[in-house]
Amino acid sequence: MRLPEELLYTEDHEWVLVEGDQATIGITDHAQAEMGDFVFVELPEAGDRFNQFDQFGVVESVKAVSDVYIPLSGEVIEANQSLLDQPELCNEDPYGRGWLIKVKLSEQTEVASLMDKEAYARFLEEVE
Amino acid sequence: MQRTPLYHIHQQSGGKLINFAGWEMPVQYTGILTEHQNVREKCGLFDVSHMGEIYIQGPDACSNLQYLLTNDVARLQINQVLYTPMCAHNGGIIDDLLVYRLGKEQFLLVVNAANTTKDFNWIQANCSGDLLLEDRSTQYAQLALQGPLSRDVLQQLTALDLTQLKYYWFVKGEVGGEEVILSRTGYTGELGYELYLDPGKAERLWQEIMRAGREHGIMPIGLGARNTLRLEKKFCLYGNDIDQHRHPLEAGLAWTVKFEKGDFIGREVLLQYQAEGYRDQLIGFKLVERGIARHGYKIQYNGEDIGVVTSGSFSPTLEENIGLGYIEQQYVGIGNQIEVVIRRNNVKAELVKTPFV
Repeated sequence: MRLPEELLYTEDHEWVLVEGDQATIGITDHAQAEMGDFVFVELPEAGDRFNQFDQFGVVESVKAVSDVYIPLSGEVIEANQSLLDQPELCNEDPYGRGWLIKVKLSEQTEVASLMDKEAYARFLEEVE
Repeated sequence: MQRTPLYHIHQQSGGKLINFAGWEMPVQYTGILTEHQNVREKCGLFDVSHMGEIYIQGPDACSNLQYLLTNDVARLQINQVLYTPMCAHNGGIIDDLLVYRLGKEQFLLVVNAANTTKDFNWIQANCSGDLLLEDRSTQYAQLALQGPLSRDVLQQLTALDLTQLKYYWFVKGEVGGEEVILSRTGYTGELGYELYLDPGKAERLWQEIMRAGREHGIMPIGLGARNTLRLEKKFCLYGNDIDQHRHPLEAGLAWTVKFEKGDFIGREVLLQYQAEGYRDQLIGFKLVERGIARHGYKIQYNGEDIGVVTSGSFSPTLEENIGLGYIEQQYVGIGNQIEVVIRRNNVKAELVKTPFV
């Protein structure tokens, strides 16, 4: 199970890469492995605003439908359009080409409420 | 939770285990899409040992089954298999099952795992005369080998001439050194076989088949692909597409209801439906806009409720999103437009011919 050092994580198995006042958000390797083959992704549009932990999209595998929640408050700058035709990118490259949205952050202090790699690894051990 | 005799094999093979009807079963091994494609193009091996087996024997066995089941059991020859619903008096489907005629007065019913106890109690309460009734579910493991190469794989393991085994017939014999009931049946729409045997021998036979199939690209297949494979062929799944609130006629199973055979449970009501009509019909659709239909989603026409989705999935073979659902008769017709309500959005869909594949 890959857990990149530079990311922060949520209990709903989203990851976030914070760069200045922007963030890229996706779902973790653990989440994609649990769900299986992705076949559908529904994402918000640029300009949509969300508060921390609001549902912002839906991902579907062959078997399951799962809501995805935004780790940090902000405004969507871009949604990953490649996923409309290639949802399998979430399986193949969850931390890279399988990213979901990019966000302009509105509350940077919220970062403190997220888990780092070690904390998420411990969390996964607990829920297993 | 109950485990099949192949539980340890599933663990060793990387099976992802889930609770299915109280059974700890593999939903997938390598991935549903890969497994699905492998069965359509080559072959795959399924553990379906959770299925129930009910044995009925005696001079009155056949006449009781005629009364309990909608299809015509009396026409069944020894070594033949029959698919049939079992209905309640109101025509609602209690279960759909396979009847194996083992002998003139001996039958084996293969029923859905979740329904085994319910079925057994229903049969016991509604049969009479000289017969023996036994729940033999723990005495059988069941493997399914499905796919265009399944015959080539199995033929390596048996002296039986598999080219002589016709669709919905079975033989008793040796496969891989084990005594089995071998039927040409399945839930995938491909050439395929189902094997029933002593649970104690199941692990060995599984390994024998996997070994024989290696050069044919065999894979173990989980319940996830089993579902997408059956959906593409419009095989009903009990608890999803049919249940006690649905009758065989609206489920598109009229071909399994033999009114002319004499009295059976549900006959009166079903005759009435046949004569006077009924509200809904099970139809197949594909989504023409983005979205995946799931069990329980509403079906609408111009914003008005006209039915409900019973099964829906991405179709790996078609690479489209397909589904089954009941809609009111007046909206039925190939090419007709409907809407599936997905998370409060109306997503356009079109009625299509079934089976989908």
